[in-house]
Amino acid sequence: MTEETTTTPQAVAKPKKPAGTLRRGILDENPIFRQVLGICSTLAVTNLLFNTLLMCAGLIWATALTNLTVSLLRNYMPRRVRMIAEVLIAACFVMMVDTAIRALFPDAHKIIGPYVGLIITNCIIMGRAEAFAMQNPPLPSLVDGIANGVGYSLVLIAIACFRETLGFGTVLGYPLPLRDMWWHQWVIMIMPPGAFFTLAGAVWIARHYTGDGAQKPGEAKP
Amino acid sequence: MTHDPGFLTTMLLILVSAAVTDNILLTRFLGMCSFIAISREVKTSVGLGVAVCFTTTCTAGLNSLLYHYALLPLSRMVPPGYDHAILSLQLLLFIVVIAGFVQIVEMIVERYSPKLYFALGIYLPLITVNCAILGVCLFMVNKGYGVLQSVAFGFGSGLGWLMAIVLMAGIQDKVQHSRVPAALRGPGITLIVSGIMALAFMGFTGIIRI
Repeated sequence: MTEETTTTPQAVAKPKKPAGTLRRGILDENPIFRQVLGICSTLAVTNLLFNTLLMCAGLIWATALTNLTVSLLRNYMPRRVRMIAEVLIAACFVMMVDTAIRALFPDAHKIIGPYVGLIITNCIIMGRAEAFAMQNPPLPSLVDGIANGVGYSLVLIAIACFRETLGFGTVLGYPLPLRDMWWHQWVIMIMPPGAFFTLAGAVWIARHYTGDGAQKPGEAKP
Repeated sequence: MTHDPGFLTTMLLILVSAAVTDNILLTRFLGMCSFIAISREVKTSVGLGVAVCFTTTCTAGLNSLLYHYALLPLSRMVPPGYDHAILSLQLLLFIVVIAGFVQIVEMIVERYSPKLYFALGIYLPLITVNCAILGVCLFMVNKGYGVLQSVAFGFGSGLGWLMAIVLMAGIQDKVQHSRVPAALRGPGITLIVSGIMALAFMGFTGIIRI
């Protein structure tokens, strides 16, 4: 279905270099395939590629800068309030995205407005802030945020390409060549179930090639 | 609302459509994370679902009050062109209210009903970052609901979420004993089952119209 879903990661080395962090976030520990996390806010807009691109840009921005800020503040935050502090930091960056999209793309904002706000509660932001930024210095945290954002975005963009092409016969709003002659609308693709099925397919392919989840003890095996 | 088809009717319509035809989980994909991670046991998912439903109802009401009586008047006071910035503040406002509400509920429950606290304990903090709660608050603004309508919407959405996660837990029970392709086990099969559930819920679409 997609190119990047089929990429096989090589030996999972864990270097402490930014390049390693970048690769790990995009390929080896891609948040969607490994944990199926954070699909809440974005999956709903994947029936149009343009909206997905907007959302993904917002998400990368928010994840990266939240990670950076949390990492800078990590020694000053009392542990009891750290969750709420992380949420508030994320909320501030998402507000910037929201204001920008409101001003630059008012039409798109009418459709994806609520989903932009929902980036705050996207599990990837919290997950990376908790799992990485709380223990690491600012620069690697920034890179980790970007990597996870990009890894996540690639999958969603692939899903959006698939859904928009099959559901509307367009790519980024431009119709496919000679659309009326051969293309037939696949309505389910633009409706919610289409997103579930497409994502399931993507996860299936990715797990098949990476060998993850191949054996779970105690389960019936064919 | 200009031509009112009766107060109760409107409320009921909002409630039912939020719960069934416009199910927040199956049509908007909100709260998927806990849905995929937790929907293994019927009992725990009922606990989580009830907690979510309670929170959505109360925070929808609270946030709607704040939005209509604080944020909107404020956005009319600033010079034109700056109201975008004020309206974007809703995100911060809503998330603070939700987090504060969850914290207070946690403390009250802990103090007065330790039994319930242990039953819900682990889920309560998780709720702050459950997208469904914030989602309900943002969608009620998006749909232009008033305060009471928002409460109905919040309750309906919470109910829909509860329904979806409990149904899913029941199905997961069966799926565990069937032969699923290796790479599809876990999240993969959950997603496919959710897709089929979403198809089933779409069948209700014709019944209600707002």
